[in-house]
Amino acid sequence: MAFEGGEDGFAVTGPLDQLLAWARKNSLWPMPLGLSCCAIEMMSTIGPRFDISRFGAEVARFSPRQSDVMIVAGTLTWKMASVARRIYDQMPNPKYVISMGVCASSGGLYRNYAVVPGVDRLIPVDVYTMGCPPRPDTLLNALLTLQKKIDKGNTHASGNPRPAVVGLGG
Amino acid sequence: MSDTATTTSAIEDALAAHAAAFSGSMQPKTQDGIPVVRVPRDQVIGFLVAARDDAKLRFRLLLDVTALDHYGQPRDRFDVVYHCYSFESRTRLRVKTSCPERDAVVPSAVPEFPTAGFLEREVFDMFGIRFDGNPDLRRILMPEDYEHFPLRKDFPLEGIEPEKVYRKHGGVMMPRATGAEPINGARSDTP
Repeated sequence: MAFEGGEDGFAVTGPLDQLLAWARKNSLWPMPLGLSCCAIEMMSTIGPRFDISRFGAEVARFSPRQSDVMIVAGTLTWKMASVARRIYDQMPNPKYVISMGVCASSGGLYRNYAVVPGVDRLIPVDVYTMGCPPRPDTLLNALLTLQKKIDKGNTHASGNPRPAVVGLGG
Repeated sequence: MSDTATTTSAIEDALAAHAAAFSGSMQPKTQDGIPVVRVPRDQVIGFLVAARDDAKLRFRLLLDVTALDHYGQPRDRFDVVYHCYSFESRTRLRVKTSCPERDAVVPSAVPEFPTAGFLEREVFDMFGIRFDGNPDLRRILMPEDYEHFPLRKDFPLEGIEPEKVYRKHGGVMMPRATGAEPINGARSDTP
């Protein structure tokens, strides 16, 4: 991609898929699927102290039809499983999923009849997040990782999924 | 309050009289002193109503309905346990009844205690005990189309993934753990 032009304005030129990825990754609208205590950290991430808007993802919509990335924040129970899948199905393509915390990623400490052992049994996940709950820093790290994946085309939406597991980073 | 306050022994005497009238018996008290009564299942609602309406007892609040699974023991498999509370004497009461596995049905307390509706649904959901007369006996915690009863002792501790949810969404089922220790010597493939 290249910026061309001068004082009168400029144009961005490049392959279309790169331009689309560039546009998409910098304006990810999250669908906050807050299922348990991880949701508190997610709210904190969206709030002013950690300020997810620094990365263009502050427009949290509770309508899946206006969202790009679903943040599954918390313990998914079997009772909720169909609902979560339905929300995912309602999101327009291209769509991405961040699995926030160990409960969403693997069931966490709940290995029993009530809890889905990882949301990836029902929903394709692009970035898994460590922590119980993850710090807001970790969620921001997950978002930045997802941005890199969109840039490189390594998401489920682009047909070449390479899921990542992120912690605090550094 | 004090003139109507009933002593512990008077409460127990009244309970024993009602228990005998409903072909039940007094059981050893719990460690924290709650009287325990065991009655046959076809008498249990009558006993609860009697304990509620007796002027000396007034166990008006049905606190909880729960159950016990005595899987593998030479006795009726399930105990259904009722907890009641009396505001007048500030005492509690535990009423137990039992039902066999092949005929796991207990009369519903809903006609007399509307609060029993959700409590019985939970017992049904977790143990598979049916409550005859409950107008809305559906699952309350697990998905509606779940096929197992998780709090039964022969249900595997790690759970059984609901196939119907997967079939609906095309998800990937986790392979069942093999060689895992069954709980309490029970089989791990719950019907």
